[in-house]
Amino acid sequence: MNKKALLLLGCPEVPVQTCIALYLASRLKNAGMDVLVAGTDAALELLKVSDTEGHYVNAEKMMNIDKSIESLAEKRMEFDFCFVFVHNDAGISYLATIQSMSKAKLFAIIFGHDAESLAGQIDCNCEKLVAKSVHNPIPLKKKIDARIREVKRWAVSN
Amino acid sequence: MGCIELMDYEILLSDISFKEGREFIRRNFKDVHEVEPGYKLFDVYLIGIPPIVIGVENDHVIFPYVKPCHGTFVLKIEDREEVERLRAKR
Repeated sequence: MNKKALLLLGCPEVPVQTCIALYLASRLKNAGMDVLVAGTDAALELLKVSDTEGHYVNAEKMMNIDKSIESLAEKRMEFDFCFVFVHNDAGISYLATIQSMSKAKLFAIIFGHDAESLAGQIDCNCEKLVAKSVHNPIPLKKKIDARIREVKRWAVSN
Repeated sequence: MGCIELMDYEILLSDISFKEGREFIRRNFKDVHEVEPGYKLFDVYLIGIPPIVIGVENDHVIFPYVKPCHGTFVLKIEDREEVERLRAKR
């Protein structure tokens, strides 16, 4: 059975979020993982329009952020890996909530103008990938690339 | 979106961090209950950094409500059943 990964997106006001989400989903999918993306309605619409044919994320594998929290709280779904996108204080709250409700290995993808300050406020048990990316996704992509070299090993690990 | 937004709520604070909301509730209400993230209040599962604190005043609950794009609000809603459910947890 394939490993399952959740990408939890926040408010899409920071431009790099959409492309990094598609990039990460693509890398995880190519490694053989089942990827589900949860987010605000606007965040998901950005993905759907950017990936019209569903090459990276199928629209059926997208879920409203409130529904995903409900499903996790009610133990109706679980993941092996969870990537929470954090660029504001609300993102930290969602990260802590996921950490509290799920046994998934947790990654905080921290970006935006306040990336370093936000990273310093996070004390839950997670791995932080931090880059001050706002418009240019490359610094954040590099952080993901450095870590995701292990993604194929994750995909087949017990 | 939960139906909280269709209820008769009062916004006590907005444009704050989650931790500021927690301190506000602790500072201003004597009857305070700690719950874990995912605690169901009305029809929503609360989002936040543990411990999430919920204040009680008469028949009102005072709690943090996190929105991805708008940050944390502290809301006050009258509901005797939720007050009793919180008190029964002790």
